[in-house]
Amino acid sequence: MKNVVEVKNLKKYFYDVHAIDGLSFEVREGEIFGFIGPDGAGKTTALRVISGIMLPTSGEVKVLGYNIPEEAEAIKEHIGYMSQKFNLYTDLTVEENINFFADVFLIEKQVLSQRLEKLLKMTRLAGFEKRLAGNLSGGMKQKLSLICTLIHRPQLLILDEPTTGVDPVSRREFWEILQEIVLEGVTIIISTPYMDEAEWCGRIGLMFRGRIISSDTPQKMKQGSNRVVADVFPITGKTEDLSAGLHSAQEPDFGGIFSKLRGITDIQLYGRKYHVVLENEAALEELKDKMNGIAQVNQISASIEDIFVDKIRKL
Amino acid sequence: MKETVVNAVKLVKKFGGFTAVDSVSFEVSTGEIYGFLGANGAGKSTTIKMLCGILEPTSGDAMVGGYSIRKNPENIKKQLGYMSQKFSLYTSLTVKENLTFYAGIYGLKTGEIKERTAIIVEKTGLAGYEDREVGIMPGGLKQRVALACAIIHQPKILFLDEPTAGVDPLLRRRFWEIIDELSKSGTTIFITTHYMDEVEHCHRLALMHAGRIIKEGTVENIKAATFTAPIMEVEAADVVAAYKCLFAGRSKFKEISMHGSSVHIIPSADVAKTGELIKAMLSSENIKFKEAVLIQPSMEDVFVNLVKVYENS
Repeated sequence: MKNVVEVKNLKKYFYDVHAIDGLSFEVREGEIFGFIGPDGAGKTTALRVISGIMLPTSGEVKVLGYNIPEEAEAIKEHIGYMSQKFNLYTDLTVEENINFFADVFLIEKQVLSQRLEKLLKMTRLAGFEKRLAGNLSGGMKQKLSLICTLIHRPQLLILDEPTTGVDPVSRREFWEILQEIVLEGVTIIISTPYMDEAEWCGRIGLMFRGRIISSDTPQKMKQGSNRVVADVFPITGKTEDLSAGLHSAQEPDFGGIFSKLRGITDIQLYGRKYHVVLENEAALEELKDKMNGIAQVNQISASIEDIFVDKIRKL
Repeated sequence: MKETVVNAVKLVKKFGGFTAVDSVSFEVSTGEIYGFLGANGAGKSTTIKMLCGILEPTSGDAMVGGYSIRKNPENIKKQLGYMSQKFSLYTSLTVKENLTFYAGIYGLKTGEIKERTAIIVEKTGLAGYEDREVGIMPGGLKQRVALACAIIHQPKILFLDEPTAGVDPLLRRRFWEIIDELSKSGTTIFITTHYMDEVEHCHRLALMHAGRIIKEGTVENIKAATFTAPIMEVEAADVVAAYKCLFAGRSKFKEISMHGSSVHIIPSADVAKTGELIKAMLSSENIKFKEAVLIQPSMEDVFVNLVKVYENS
């Protein structure tokens, strides 16, 4: 498969803030590549540089065969960039916003109406053409932005946190639409702070402090982790507090019974359930043994967040 | 001893002809972490505003910390702490100055302010940061300052509005550990969120949709009650080809969808038979794939499913 984007040792400094600090990755044609990482990891900056709207401090960036930033003008008709902030005209209707973007990209009326019919159907915005953009729900606004970004049929779609703050139902719908777009051969680069959205991406790059700390398909990343993960449910009435003073953030001290066990790398308390990450099977056996009669231990597969935390602890 | 801290009975809020909250009832006890999950416009914020005594219900009532939201809304406010994702902190003030400011608003006396500030700074892991200007602190720490300000007056009930979205996972862990300690020491915690990770931290959850609670229970119970069918995950190097191939035979499955580098299938027959079927379909087109594995539904799967079922009924 051909690479649509190639980035080597990209750096972007804002005075002494190293927003991007040696970023290298490739995006292949027809895939969804996800930048997954917390706020401040450098996701937005990376996407802006790739889109040719921000100058890098140093490094090599190639998008659709063009050198960025030198040939940035040339990629503009082939890419669609959707920024994190809703930037449509709230006092124009859905239709007027779309027409405006179509005009900017010099799309003929007839071509527009054909494309639009399909896009409105795909995003289920048909019937809302006359509504003011400002009066749409959060999820619908994102879908309208998507239409405006797709109207000139870009080969590469760059989406900066399109699902942040969007409710679960709209979020699901938005990802389903992206899967449809990929089926048509478009390449998508998307960023998100939600670790669980990794599952919707073909490949992901885990971003932290201006770098990609790991990159692969979400499945391979999970299979490649040698950590063993278990959910521990305290049996009602046995003990209320397995981990008095759980303190896992910087210098792990898991407290209570957990502090007597070896091979635990991470614990997170979810309601009454402890999500425990262990070094190996032997540690799991020891955990099961210790919890016998106190709590139920179920082995589960590692989540992308488990892997992310494991990697950043080792930095 | 667990006692009921919040007891809402048939709360209704109408705005003109629009019913934002449609007869919602629930009980929350001391130290419980209780979550409202729902889309925008589901009625979460309106419900919270009524519980805080800043919005009068159209009908129904709720007892919050022993006071009726209809009769004594003013008495409720002193027992509450509120923290939102959009921190309402003064960025040009230091941590200590922000804390002193909030303590003053809540009516703490000078002596108390000093004492409480010391305790809270310790509790939220902000020791050493007291004289830092809030504006230049990283997001995860700012969030802890916001939390510290929300609990400076020792509220009985703490409301959190999407408190950890976008925060670095390590700092987020510390945040939830503090919340857990608060819960253990008897503070009741209300969370409103879209964020599935936050949902899983709740002892109990209410799923809100169109002004109603459509499901209530623990995360595990809701999952078990909603998903009886398994989800099969088929991984393929060329996932687009695999999806197109399987989609052509979609009538043989209950549901099929593409998820990144894999295809998800909800079987309509038993898992083994469906597995054979998938194998036959993909092999006939020479598509390389890994044998289907069963995966657990996420809380989001559960929520989306419940909303669909509700809307179709």
